[in-house]
Amino acid sequence: MEVAYIIETLIKIVVILLVFSALAGFGTYFERKILAFMQRRLGPMHVGPFGLLQIAADGIKLFTKEDIVPTNAVGPIFKIAPVITAATAFMAAAAIPFLPQFTIFGYTVHPIVADVNIGILYILGVMAVGFYGPLLGSLASSNKFALISAARAASVFISYEVVTGLSLLAPLMMVGSFSLIDFNNYQAGGIGDWIIWSQPVAFVLFWIAAFAETGRTPFHLVANDHEIIDGFGTEYSGMRWGLFFIGEYANMFFISFVIVLLFLGGFGDGSVLGALGFLLKMSFFFFFFLWTRAAWPDIRPDQLMWLCWKVLMPLAVINVVVTGFVMMF
Amino acid sequence: MEAIAFYLFAVLTTVMFLITVLTNHALYALSALAAGMIFISAFFFLLGADFLGAIQIIVYTGAVMALYAFGMMFFDTTRDVVESRTSPQIIFGLSGLAALTVVAMFTAPIISENITALYPAIDGVGNSQMVGMVLFTKFLIPFEVAAVMLLVAMIAGIVLAGKKMDHSLTLMKEEEIERETNEKAQV
Repeated sequence: MEVAYIIETLIKIVVILLVFSALAGFGTYFERKILAFMQRRLGPMHVGPFGLLQIAADGIKLFTKEDIVPTNAVGPIFKIAPVITAATAFMAAAAIPFLPQFTIFGYTVHPIVADVNIGILYILGVMAVGFYGPLLGSLASSNKFALISAARAASVFISYEVVTGLSLLAPLMMVGSFSLIDFNNYQAGGIGDWIIWSQPVAFVLFWIAAFAETGRTPFHLVANDHEIIDGFGTEYSGMRWGLFFIGEYANMFFISFVIVLLFLGGFGDGSVLGALGFLLKMSFFFFFFLWTRAAWPDIRPDQLMWLCWKVLMPLAVINVVVTGFVMMF
Repeated sequence: MEAIAFYLFAVLTTVMFLITVLTNHALYALSALAAGMIFISAFFFLLGADFLGAIQIIVYTGAVMALYAFGMMFFDTTRDVVESRTSPQIIFGLSGLAALTVVAMFTAPIISENITALYPAIDGVGNSQMVGMVLFTKFLIPFEVAAVMLLVAMIAGIVLAGKKMDHSLTLMKEEEIERETNEKAQV
């Protein structure tokens, strides 16, 4: 029993790692294609059918590129920073149920690595640790653009963690559990039971904060190409830079899963249809990340802080208070 | 299994905090302290206190260490910090105290055989619910006092930082900034 459990967990971990590392590669392809179609271009199209082999070409390039560590950089920290980004992204995945449980060859599989009873808290905590990747990477690379990026990373991530936490508080009060599976079961009754209908404000706030947590476009100040080159990634090359990328895309996928599980019913009653709907909903949120990148300009750091502390945080607090009153009376 | 995990994380935590204390390099110290804080949370998970473990990661690594990182922006983090050790007496006294604490910690189990939990864990109640129950019954007043203290600190922070809150260089026009610098130069 014990050995079987360990083997099952190891297999799950390997599958999640492989699937989402590959998906991160496909994510870059989708992003290029979608951005291209929205801007009336063709995107990658020369390597393979529809440019699909571009991912392989990029992979070969990243793996074979020379791994440069600048002379003035702090070696060990510089080398470990990209690993932190990628590792924390995948660690967060441990508490996410990716599919409803299913039976294969008479063996029931729970597609979640560890169903801890504090699931969502664990995910938030590990994602909070993720900001050490950009932060340490930029502090260690002794580059002025990277330093600006570090300052922005620290301020953006701390501020938006407040919004994420406060916006989640109201749905948590309703469900009364931190486990994502409990969240799913709470909404299993169908579309009418989804938390988005009772907590629309919390949903929008969490969604906005998700853009900041993953560093996607309207809040892409940490690595803004047109003013600070690539921010924390300026001095990185080859696969170390690639690890930052894998971490970012994996985070986008995982946060899309979390949004759907928290607010949009997750996999519902656990039927095949529910599982398909789960993946479709998740894809929509991933697509929305790319859509926003094509449609919105980046905003200034001071606007970002204004939005966080003067608009989103008061809204989140009011939402919690109102929810409390409604639940009490 | 549990023993292996305990000793692994004990060694990791100790090594990380040793690096924090012994290194002259601000960036090594910051990273090692953050890593140590994460490894400490493993003990909470081992003891079945999942909620406190997650809180340990969020509060210490996510928030407290991030504030240190804010402070680090003003140093050149790629250089060694030159420390001046002027008072060997203080170092001797502090390390002696630390050694005493360790001895006390290791001998404590000898007298602790008849210890009983004041608030024993309730079966079938979740981790976070148990924390909430104790926090909002027995420790309600300390909890509220902490909340008031945080409010005071927040207001003090706003008063300290808010003097030039309306003054934003990003929102000013070129001429306004120039005029202001000229005025300052004349003074």
